[in-house]
Amino acid sequence: MAILEVHHIEKHFGATRVLEDISFDLEQGQALAIIGSSGSGKTTLLRCLNFLEKPDQGTISVAGNLIFDAADPATQRESEVRKKRLHFGLVFQSFNLFPQYTALKNVTLARELLAQEQLDFKENKKKILEDIQADGRELLAKMGLSERADHYPSQLSGGQQQRVAIARALALRPDILCFDEPTSALDPELTGEVLRVIRELAEQRTTMIIVTHEMAFARDVADQVIFMDGGVIVEQGDARQVIEHPREERTRQFLSRYSEG
Amino acid sequence: MIEFFTSSTFQTVLSALNSGFLKTLQLFFITLIGALPLGLVISFGSMSRLAPFARPVHWFLRRQKRAPGRIAKALIAFRPIRLICRLVVWVIRGTPLVLQIIALFYVPGIQRWFSWPSGESGRMMAVCVAFIINYACYFSEIYRGGIQGVPKGQQEAGQVLGMTKSQIFRHITLLQMIKRIVPPISNEIITLVKDTSLARVIALQEVIWMGESFMKGNSGIAGLTWPLFFTAVYYLIFSGIVTVLLGKLEKKLDFFQ
Repeated sequence: MAILEVHHIEKHFGATRVLEDISFDLEQGQALAIIGSSGSGKTTLLRCLNFLEKPDQGTISVAGNLIFDAADPATQRESEVRKKRLHFGLVFQSFNLFPQYTALKNVTLARELLAQEQLDFKENKKKILEDIQADGRELLAKMGLSERADHYPSQLSGGQQQRVAIARALALRPDILCFDEPTSALDPELTGEVLRVIRELAEQRTTMIIVTHEMAFARDVADQVIFMDGGVIVEQGDARQVIEHPREERTRQFLSRYSEG
Repeated sequence: MIEFFTSSTFQTVLSALNSGFLKTLQLFFITLIGALPLGLVISFGSMSRLAPFARPVHWFLRRQKRAPGRIAKALIAFRPIRLICRLVVWVIRGTPLVLQIIALFYVPGIQRWFSWPSGESGRMMAVCVAFIINYACYFSEIYRGGIQGVPKGQQEAGQVLGMTKSQIFRHITLLQMIKRIVPPISNEIITLVKDTSLARVIALQEVIWMGESFMKGNSGIAGLTWPLFFTAVYYLIFSGIVTVLLGKLEKKLDFFQ
């Protein structure tokens, strides 16, 4: 069964329709790349999955459980939305690290706050917090940032900041990790280190959705690709197939602009 | 020269000015303790999104399948808490503090609503209330700028990590807001040091009132002008200390950007 099923998502900003009848499935352990020009609705779609925007129509199911239904207000209650969000992790284009915390604290903060809701938190406080710390250090080590754990974001390069942000998203063990143009805010010489980390995650079968402008990366790392234009899915299918042999004329035009550049 | 500082006149003036300055300090600290938190409450109010008619109007329009007209739009946008808070801030910031002090001290008694305790303690109470309300309004606008100046991505990052609204405020927004507001708040606090002298308008015996009293006659001393100007020394020393402390706070928050 698909870990994520998205059906008929529609979203308006005022009178403008930014998403129209978006449907797709994602299997556990697969990586999905969403490509398309700016303003095609890619980022809005990702934000809908993370409940940062509320779709006007459609449903979202994770592992067979309906977690959002635009027609059912009961699925949209603030207290429940907060828990459902944890199915998804999101890595932002502009990192959005918390500037007043060290790299390690950025990674551990959310888990520490969640742990406070545990029933046995008071009794086992020390042990729980130590475990979270150890996990956080391990995640940073995975990102190649062991030496930077006690640095503040302003002391890190863009590529390092984005890797901390990836560790922060992974710390809550989301079912599906989403990337919103993770390298678009980086200098070209820094994109490599971030893409390498995402590639490793893909090799470890992390379920991912990646909005990206890096076509070669999408082709090599993703299993599936969705090409969006004007708020609709124009073409979807096997990543290599779609990027190397697109069926639709619009996809072909879009891709040719990239191969020229 | 030394004889002057040891003279009984100087001693009398000094102890009078000291007792006046004690009142100045009292007013200063009470105002800060009251206005800093009250300002935060007002700033939340002036950002309130509570719109009681939005839901029913939307519901009604959907049922009637009608596009919102001018009245419907006005009803949807009606946010009473925000409106009241911004109205209060406008009135308080738009009128002189002196006027507010006079009004608050005399009007309740004249209108027989209630009366302040008699004597110096009643004056102090009325003046404190006026200062707290006035400064809370100024602070609230500074807070609002500070909160709205924190990038939206910070809140969103907290949201996708499953934090509640209050956790996001306490653990993420608050310190970033404080860093932003320290310079403008410092300005207001330095102004407050000197504004305390306005309390003399209802004859609170703060330091300037004391200084002036030796021109008119106090403790058998009259016609002295230097005590009035000597009060400047108190203000300079005090505002100097406040400036240094706030500068230290600003430095302390330099560890992040």
